[in-house]
Amino acid sequence: MSQRIQKRFEKLKQEGRPGLVTFTTAGDPDQETAQKILNGLPAAGADIIEMGMPFSDPMADGPAIQLANLRALGSGITLSKTLDMVREFRKHDDETPIVLMGYYNPIHYYGNQRFLDDAITAGADGLIIVDLPPEEDDELCHPCLTSGLNWIRLTTPTSDEARLATVLKNSSGFVYHVSIAGITGTQSADSVDVESAIKRIRKQTDLPIAVGFGIKTPAQVRETGKIADAAVVGSALVNVIRQGVDKQLAKDQIVTNLHGLVSELAAGTR
Amino acid sequence: MSELTSSALPESYRSGPDDRGHFGIFGGRYVAETLMPLILEVEAAWNRYRSDPEFLAELEYYSRDYVGRPSPLYFAERLTEELGGAKVYFKRDELNHTGAHKINNTLGQILLAKRMGKKRIIAETGAGQHGVATATVCALFDLPCVVYMGETDIQRQAPNVFRMKLLGAEIVPVTSGTATLKDAMNDALRDWVSNVEDTFYIIGTAAGPHPYPEMVRDFQSIIGTEAKQQLTEKEGRLPDLIIACIGGGSNAIGLFHPFLDDESVQIIGVEAAGLGLDSGKHAASLSGGEPGVLHGNRTYLLQSDDGQILDAHSISAGLDYPGIGPEHSWLHNIGRVSYVSVTDEEALEAFKQCCRTEGIIPALEPAHALAHVAKIAPKMRKDQIIIMNLCGRGDKDVFTVAEALGEEI
Ligand SMILES: Cc1ncc(COP(=O)(O)O)c(C=O)c1O
Repeated sequence: MSQRIQKRFEKLKQEGRPGLVTFTTAGDPDQETAQKILNGLPAAGADIIEMGMPFSDPMADGPAIQLANLRALGSGITLSKTLDMVREFRKHDDETPIVLMGYYNPIHYYGNQRFLDDAITAGADGLIIVDLPPEEDDELCHPCLTSGLNWIRLTTPTSDEARLATVLKNSSGFVYHVSIAGITGTQSADSVDVESAIKRIRKQTDLPIAVGFGIKTPAQVRETGKIADAAVVGSALVNVIRQGVDKQLAKDQIVTNLHGLVSELAAGTR
Repeated sequence: MSELTSSALPESYRSGPDDRGHFGIFGGRYVAETLMPLILEVEAAWNRYRSDPEFLAELEYYSRDYVGRPSPLYFAERLTEELGGAKVYFKRDELNHTGAHKINNTLGQILLAKRMGKKRIIAETGAGQHGVATATVCALFDLPCVVYMGETDIQRQAPNVFRMKLLGAEIVPVTSGTATLKDAMNDALRDWVSNVEDTFYIIGTAAGPHPYPEMVRDFQSIIGTEAKQQLTEKEGRLPDLIIACIGGGSNAIGLFHPFLDDESVQIIGVEAAGLGLDSGKHAASLSGGEPGVLHGNRTYLLQSDDGQILDAHSISAGLDYPGIGPEHSWLHNIGRVSYVSVTDEEALEAFKQCCRTEGIIPALEPAHALAHVAKIAPKMRKDQIIIMNLCGRGDKDVFTVAEALGEEI
């Protein structure tokens, strides 16, 4: 099993602080710029990198990430180029974990085992596949775990105790708690609800817990970091790219702006 | 993909899906975790009520007194004469209240939603027929109704948009993605994820996560059950061929399912070939797509060589969907049903022919089925019998047809 995720959470524990997980989309706004964004994330303060694999129909995502998917696909990104980006990143960084997040169809089309093999070779550490619930574990979850990649699953406000057990059963790496019943980039959760959800999850697993959906500011990162092991920020970062594109900023300026926000958010973990 | 072609033939073609919602390798439940508990709740409710005498009695009452069932099985004599071959019967689901088969399903689902204590209904719609049928039953049972509809479809189905408004529904224009039916379904799913407490999603075709493909099929199977009985009364035998158009496949599976184990009955599904299969502008998922996963089920999809979903094209908004219900994918692979396709132009010809010979303005969707009937009936013997599902009337399509024919109205 890929060890980078585990090692990273051990390191965070030693440092006595929560982690920052950043989400951006591969190929957004184009592959070259996205590579610069990716390569600079650890220096800007990202502890774990989540990279979206673009899909034409991102059903669980709100407008910000939907548009990121469309920009990325419009720039010609493919699943295989997404893996190229991971490979390129690994030339410079062999420690920061990369989790690939996306929807099942592009992988299904690419070929499940071929994808797992290529993702591991490229240097990915885990997968979050939104539309593969435990009911379909035979598809990709079991082969993924056998191949040595982490299978990271989402818990949600709709997960009761029995459901949590089902969800956590084949989870590895960390647990991603979706703090609201909703899509990405919309409302923010009530921290009391999140805290009680995390207590319930901790009763059933020793895995680290990251919380995401609706986290946009350093203050929210700090709040989340008090109750969880990591905070995930996605739409807020993706919106920086959108604004840059809308204002026709130079690509390097977009990269700088994005890393700037990551640094601000990272301050919330320190 | 040897697993696709080597599927063993089942003892009965009517036994699917398995308890996880699979028809062979198709179907399943591919949804975000937030929705899983809701889907399981729908499944539990469906399993509880599907054979509940009171539920079935209420469904039958409204089907008869409100929808107008049974719909007639009509011998299309002039069309038969003109084609000069097999006897053509129309199963006239276009005479249902709201003008299509869609209400068979919305009625069943809203009765289930009521029993589940749900307070709000959402739906996606392409042609607007399913939206109208959902808005109708929401008015009848006094539940708020939100309908997601692609911008593109709102433009070309204006009469149905207004009908939904009259019925009290809120129409949400969908601009995401390509602003058509698939995007409307994405947005309906997004709504459902965000309103998990009180909302029931009435899916409009025999697709989506389990139990929807099975549930919608069972509500639509009234079409085939009636047709079988009616033909027995009229002709004392089974048909030689049954045929229906396919968008997501609900009217077709509704007609087909009761006949699947009658081996003498040939079955044909007609997809929309748009401007032609080679043009890339079509909606024929089986003839021109490959297996994939979208909207909660594994099925044939129009997709790129990177697994991105492609836009469908058809003159008929109701067939304009890049996927197809999973049971059809399975029936296609095991060879029980043949699937063919018909172009926009052929459907328009059939549309005119139906108006002219039978005094029936059909919807553009069943005009596709009719176009194939016109191709094969002449090659069949005069003592052979075809049943075609005339699943919708054409009032909603007159503007589209006028435009296609270059006429101003
Ligand atoms: C009249 C009519 N026929 C057919 C369809 C296609 O749907 P299905 O394949 O589920 O029957 C529609 C969809 O809107 C319709 O309105």
